[in-house]
Amino acid sequence: MTTDNVIDRDPVDSDVVAGKITAYLEAKAKAPVAHDEDLADSGLLTSMVAMEIVVFLESTFGIAVVGGDLKMRNFRTVDDMVALVARLRGDGENAGDA
Amino acid sequence: MTPRLTVLGAGVMGTGITALALGHGLPVTLVDIDPAVLEAARASVDRQLRHAQLLGATPDGVAAGELTTTTSVADSAGSLAVVEAVTEHAEQKDKILREVSGLVAPGTVLISNTSGIPIDELAASVERPDDLVGIHFMNPSYLIKMVEVVRGPRTGDRTMESVQALLDRLGRRGIVVHDSPGFVTSRLLHPMINTAARLVGEGVASAEQVDALMAGCLGHPTGPLRTADLIGLDNLADSLVAMSERLGDDGYRPCDHLLDLVGAGRLGRKSGAGFYEYDGTTT
Repeated sequence: MTTDNVIDRDPVDSDVVAGKITAYLEAKAKAPVAHDEDLADSGLLTSMVAMEIVVFLESTFGIAVVGGDLKMRNFRTVDDMVALVARLRGDGENAGDA
Repeated sequence: MTPRLTVLGAGVMGTGITALALGHGLPVTLVDIDPAVLEAARASVDRQLRHAQLLGATPDGVAAGELTTTTSVADSAGSLAVVEAVTEHAEQKDKILREVSGLVAPGTVLISNTSGIPIDELAASVERPDDLVGIHFMNPSYLIKMVEVVRGPRTGDRTMESVQALLDRLGRRGIVVHDSPGFVTSRLLHPMINTAARLVGEGVASAEQVDALMAGCLGHPTGPLRTADLIGLDNLADSLVAMSERLGDDGYRPCDHLLDLVGAGRLGRKSGAGFYEYDGTTT
């Protein structure tokens, strides 16, 4: 679930992030993807695609997903990913920790 | 001293096996003749290790082992076991096994990750055939929990005990089979992939259709052609040739469509395209 404060803090940026993630996933799925759609249930989030998404998020948004953030629950929906990106971008001093 | 695993060859399988071992707390010395390949391998191993963590495939509370990369086979001296994962060509395997066999102490388990060359044929390259065994890891080896263990006619009991201990440490389950070209998995899978490629080449069906039928009708997890892209089409072609020669069966010869893809540099996931297109290579 995306918490309200994340959206409220920077609505424009979150919309941009969500748009880029959705476009990426829709190209992969060759079908529309809703922001709250469970990608594991819809079959898109396979074990191999999960890591492709991580690499995509890292290279697109300049973040590093490491340690405790490397959990499938962070990638189940577009909303989950938007929240993760917002948190890792806003939390600069910890974002690069290996 | 912490026991160390040496992996020879920093390609898809070598880096995957390295990630598997590191994730289970074993330090690894990864050897390749090409320094540029080793540099790329560091990033690849890191990505694969993170992939394992993402999927919950590494044990909790175990610190990752340390990775050392080197161009010197001599650095394999003193390791717990050596895994050979070089290109699927008998001459290359012969050369590296001959070299490493003269460097490690007797009793050091020598493991070939060959997908099709008989272990007893490779045993001719080593000083102590009883120390040699086959472990056919599947890609991605850090996610697939089962391995095919190949006991050659000269593989020793002590080697088999060491293999069991190593697999326990790596959280893998092995099925031990007898020696034969292609063993069980490649002997069955590779001709199926070859035929699937032939069907696509003949225009009978698209890759998506072949995989959809094999998944939807026959319960294959991803379909043979997605599996082929994961294995690597160059490796598949090499392995098919190796089996064809040893089985005396031309049916195992790689079909034109498979060879065309290899010739065009479409090697599967690792090159960004094979039967399918990929972004952000993960292996």
